[in-house]
Amino acid sequence: MIRAELTKLRTVRGWLFGLTAAVVLFVGSALLVAAGSHMSCGDQACPAPPVGPDGQAVEDHFGFAHRTLAGDGSLTAHVRDFSGIITYPPPRHDQIVEGLVPWAKAGLVIKDGTRPGSPYAAVMLTGSHGVRMQHDYVHDRAGGPTGARWLRLTRTGASVTAYASLDGKTWTTVGTVEMSGPAEIGFLIASPGDITVTENGLGGTSVQSRFTQASAVFDQITSTAGGEWRYDEVGGGGPGADWEKYHRPAGLEASAGRLTLTGSGDLAPVSGMAAVPYLAGTVPALLAVLIVAVLFITSEFRRGLIRTTLLASPARGHVLAAKAAVIGGVTFTVVLVAVVAARAWSTTVFRANGNIVLPTGALTDLRLAVGTAALLAVTAVLAYGLGVLLRRGLPAILLAVLLTVVPYLLATTSLLPPGAGEWLLRVTPAAGFAVQQTFPAYGHVLLPYTPAQGYFPLAPLAGLAIAAAWALGLLVLAVLRFRRADV
Amino acid sequence: MEATIEVSGLSKRYGSTVALDRMTFRVTPGQVTGFVGPNGAGKSTTMRILVGLDRADAGTAKVGDRSYHELVRPMTTVGTLLDAAAIHPARTGRNHLLWLAQSQRIPAGRVDELLEEVGLAGAARRRGGGYSLGMRQRLGVAAALLGDPPILILDEPFNGLDPAGFVWMRDLLRRRAEQGRAVLVASHLMGELQDLAGHVVVVAGGRVVADAPTRDMRDRYGSLESAYLELVR
Ligand SMILES: Nc1ncnc2c1ncn2[C@@H]1O[C@H](COP(=O)(O)OP(=O)(O)OP(=O)(O)O)[C@@H](O)[C@H]1O
Ligand SMILES: [Mg+2]
Repeated sequence: MIRAELTKLRTVRGWLFGLTAAVVLFVGSALLVAAGSHMSCGDQACPAPPVGPDGQAVEDHFGFAHRTLAGDGSLTAHVRDFSGIITYPPPRHDQIVEGLVPWAKAGLVIKDGTRPGSPYAAVMLTGSHGVRMQHDYVHDRAGGPTGARWLRLTRTGASVTAYASLDGKTWTTVGTVEMSGPAEIGFLIASPGDITVTENGLGGTSVQSRFTQASAVFDQITSTAGGEWRYDEVGGGGPGADWEKYHRPAGLEASAGRLTLTGSGDLAPVSGMAAVPYLAGTVPALLAVLIVAVLFITSEFRRGLIRTTLLASPARGHVLAAKAAVIGGVTFTVVLVAVVAARAWSTTVFRANGNIVLPTGALTDLRLAVGTAALLAVTAVLAYGLGVLLRRGLPAILLAVLLTVVPYLLATTSLLPPGAGEWLLRVTPAAGFAVQQTFPAYGHVLLPYTPAQGYFPLAPLAGLAIAAAWALGLLVLAVLRFRRADV
Repeated sequence: MEATIEVSGLSKRYGSTVALDRMTFRVTPGQVTGFVGPNGAGKSTTMRILVGLDRADAGTAKVGDRSYHELVRPMTTVGTLLDAAAIHPARTGRNHLLWLAQSQRIPAGRVDELLEEVGLAGAARRRGGGYSLGMRQRLGVAAALLGDPPILILDEPFNGLDPAGFVWMRDLLRRRAEQGRAVLVASHLMGELQDLAGHVVVVAGGRVVADAPTRDMRDRYGSLESAYLELVR
């Protein structure tokens, strides 16, 4: 029965054309968007961000006052003062104000040298998230008593343990992580850019980051590591912002047992930078697939061919299931080929335009390719189910578009308030688009994690499961209704 | 399995229209059985119920002692021609038969054999949408014969055929009957049936009004046509 349905699908030229169009649209859109993306940094190629221990592209830029830590050891200090400035914040963006951004960081760190992207473990006071222990850019945990200003970092063997205290006498453990080998131990200061989102008409948004700077005064310092406190601006390129040039440069001042560290930057995974846009053709391809999937069944009703089909296979549930399997399976295969082609081709074009290609990881790449193929296959089955229920092509196509493409477009443009958009991406079959989220959303990196920026309210597989539940539900409904009907 | 068709107490309404009203008859193998009656008498409805497309409100319809939906590879038991226009216009005649063959696990060679037999070999690779009425009819007959079934259910098989086609169809049906198959033919062509059918079932208003050997009808009323006109009056 599967074989017969496959033959049916491949022997109508219009449907072959539709499936080919899906591939062409998918690959073509990816190429078009890649060709339209340019990045330039003066005359040379833009520097790629460093890659962290876990394989992600990371930002590793902070003020670092350090000594060499040979083996075991510890560093204790009191954060006497922690303050900063934010340039031109909302709403009017017209003045520089005093204050700290939520994830400004001042604290203690053990790091494998000063090479950007190298492993580290740190305990820190943040602008508004209390004491945190963070390591290797992507790991973050809160801890310590509220209002603690005393920090301690110790290394014993291969473990680094972070503590926090209110008075410097009673200590609470914040966390322990594994880290061995030679290391530098010292103080860190960082202050990420102030992120604002503006709508730029036509439902699009743009994200801006404005310069901020933080300053911390550490005193009552106890260090087992000896020697001078050496200062490095890790990952820095010298004074960049006007503020640093004319008001307060980044750097270290040491006096009478006190260290004052001033700087900007962050230790965090890079997000918010565009990945290779090889999934850009998803919606156009989806539309083509959707039409073929609907016509695959409604044309049978239109011509009375469904009767011939049922004469050949009277088990109606099986017939509908076989057709669903064929349209789903063929869509999956075709789209998988399209994704692989689009990825290979558009990456070349994207890179040739000077764009930085962020590493995504083999597992993520696999998920994006297989997930996108599955998303379109599931949507095709859903459209086909609507075709069985409505028995007419145009209404079924329109309803399928209304259930899948429309919610996605509404949510990813800023036509709807973000809350409503995210709700749509939770309950409608468009939830399946979650499988296309490239980078995870990190709680310790403040960014607009909105659908417009490629972040979805549901986890990839959860979103796909919602879409699959819709498809399955409609299919079951269709089978139940069709099973006892006269045709 | 015995090649018979058995319709027993079949009733069917479409909304307020009574299509079948306790329709009962039996088709035996070895002869062509004519199924005649005025427009709307319920012939097509009976056939659709026989092959499981429509559901009867009451009564049973069996082909070869079984319900159609119990048959494995049903087209190898029952060959059906209901509506020859039911093809996808973009699919070629050959491909239409090909998917049908695959669904019954019949080798593809049989498709080409049949196309030859029904006289469509030349048009086999053309789109079905471009077929004439008679060509579609031939394609429909090919589909019915595909599984070499012992039971044939044909609704107006002479539709759209040319004079040579009439002769061909007559021979084809007669030959199948002589091979011991059960052949039920719904038609309005009394002249054709008079020579072809060994038995006739006359229906009107969804009920059987006469069920007798053609010879008896002719003996009693002179011709099948007069019998029909008399009976359904
Ligand atoms: N799908 C349907 N919906 C509503 N009424 C129907 C349907 N199919 C058949 N009928 C009605 O049932 C009755 C029997 O129709 P049927 O097609 O079986 O007659 P028939 O004997 O084949 O007629 P004809 O000689 O014109 O082909 C008619 O009154 C017809 O209008
Ligand atoms: Mg009829």
